[in-house]
Amino acid sequence: MSATLQLKNISRHFGGLKVLQDVNLDIPQGGIFGLIGPNGAGKTTVFNLITGLLPPTSGTISFEGRDLAGTKPHEITRGGIARTFQNIRLFKEMSLLENVMVGMHAQLRYGTLGLLGTSGLFRSEEKRARERARELLSWMKLDHKAEDTADNLSYGDQRKLELARALATEPKLLLLDEPVAGMNANEKTELMREIEQISGRGYTIFMIEHDMRFVMGLCQEIAVLNFGRIIAQGGPDAIRNDPQVIEAYLGRDEDEPASGPDGIVTDGAPSPVAAGVAPTSVSGPGAQA
Amino acid sequence: MAVFDNFWAVYSNLVLGLGINALLALSIYLTLSCGMLAMANAAFMGIGAYTAALLTMNYDTPYIVSILAGMAAPAVVAFVMGKPTLRLSGVYLAMATLAFGEVVRIFILNTDSITGGALGLNGIPQSTQWWHVLLALVAVLALLWRLRHSRVGRAFESIKEDETAAGLMGIDVGAHKMTAFVLGAAIAGLAGTLNAHLTFFIGPNEYGFDRGVDILTMAILGGINGLAGPVLGGTILTLLPEVLRGFQDFRLVVNGLILVLIVLFLPKGLWDPARIRNWFGKGGKHA
Repeated sequence: MSATLQLKNISRHFGGLKVLQDVNLDIPQGGIFGLIGPNGAGKTTVFNLITGLLPPTSGTISFEGRDLAGTKPHEITRGGIARTFQNIRLFKEMSLLENVMVGMHAQLRYGTLGLLGTSGLFRSEEKRARERARELLSWMKLDHKAEDTADNLSYGDQRKLELARALATEPKLLLLDEPVAGMNANEKTELMREIEQISGRGYTIFMIEHDMRFVMGLCQEIAVLNFGRIIAQGGPDAIRNDPQVIEAYLGRDEDEPASGPDGIVTDGAPSPVAAGVAPTSVSGPGAQA
Repeated sequence: MAVFDNFWAVYSNLVLGLGINALLALSIYLTLSCGMLAMANAAFMGIGAYTAALLTMNYDTPYIVSILAGMAAPAVVAFVMGKPTLRLSGVYLAMATLAFGEVVRIFILNTDSITGGALGLNGIPQSTQWWHVLLALVAVLALLWRLRHSRVGRAFESIKEDETAAGLMGIDVGAHKMTAFVLGAAIAGLAGTLNAHLTFFIGPNEYGFDRGVDILTMAILGGINGLAGPVLGGTILTLLPEVLRGFQDFRLVVNGLILVLIVLFLPKGLWDPARIRNWFGKGGKHA
């Protein structure tokens, strides 16, 4: 598979703080790619660099072969990259429908004349946008709340609305920043199914997530970020058994036969990361075999 | 009919003032609806008024040409000054635009040979008819109505709520802020032009800090949730001093008191569709 998004030797410093150092990532076309890592590893910074909110200190980011250096956030979105936020950033006073329609901003093709004139173009384009917005809301099973104010939604529904809004920009690559943070088990399973459906529709998905079960269940390939460096990359099984990853999450086990926070002995199987996968009995389509 | 003629003879200026103030309130509504607290509208009104009045007096231009120039001049100035200042947000933008207003006022004061300086411009032809004001108000309302229900209006609102998220929806935040700012300036210029050709006289102090605060008060008082708010706010702020004539010396005190009370108890302004719906909903239950 060819890489659609490529990060080459990316570093980002905030003053003396080296948040990212020499990060290389190839996100392949199609499928779901995961980026995991402990808190403060620099995951969200990766997204902020890709979407143009921050410039990298050094290195290049290219999307479909085009260098993104100096490209403004709205141009990057129009180029086909959309994202959601770890701390939900909806337009709270607008309705669900309006939230999604804001995402369609760049696709509404009535110029200034169409905007001011009485021609049918304005009406037909607005109608098309409304219908498409309703369709996207129905993907997330939110269409029955289309006229509600976004602020009144439950936490899980707000995350789903953010997803629908991101899809409205007609992206090729969808960046999800901790999509299940703060959700309960049922909501997680539901969202897992919906993300699989979205992926099945041909969107490439790149997600940051803490929930191991969720990541291991959904992603075909996973990269692990620790202290600003990529320390491992591979399929879920390889990541689960990678000693460096285990160390990053639970600390070293050389000096003493240490046990993990849950009392899991870390030398030998089952590995602690895998342990995060096992316990809950929720069965989603992507759940672990 | 005689009754009406009498009324018009006494109150025509007041009625036309209603329209002009509504236009001014709408001009600042536009920038507020895009999340910008820009306080330059009084200055833009002045630029429009002086440009149009000077054209009319010195070059005898047809009224329509003066009006168009009175809108174009502040729009161009807004574009030029917006380039550096619209990056500022919140109170910093308010400070920069307030300072700009002072610059305009002092500029007018010091260019006596053209603008008449502190003495102002006297003898502007009274070309403004009632239907000019009505037409201008209807046209501006129609434009803003369409804008509000288009992708531009949604972009404005999303920028007001979360600029970063709006940018990541593919919205060119800078360009939309500029559009709101320039369009607001043009509307303020239109109001200034109509006003100048109504009052016979204009002076630099009419377009200072006080006027800027008045314009903002009209919009905030009425509410910026819709187009009705600014119009309502403009109407009240124009009529209140007249209604309170009975209070004589205490007129301004009562005037201020009413404004303070409204802002205290109705922070979203008088025109707040959600609250009004709520009232009617409750009324329905009791009935």
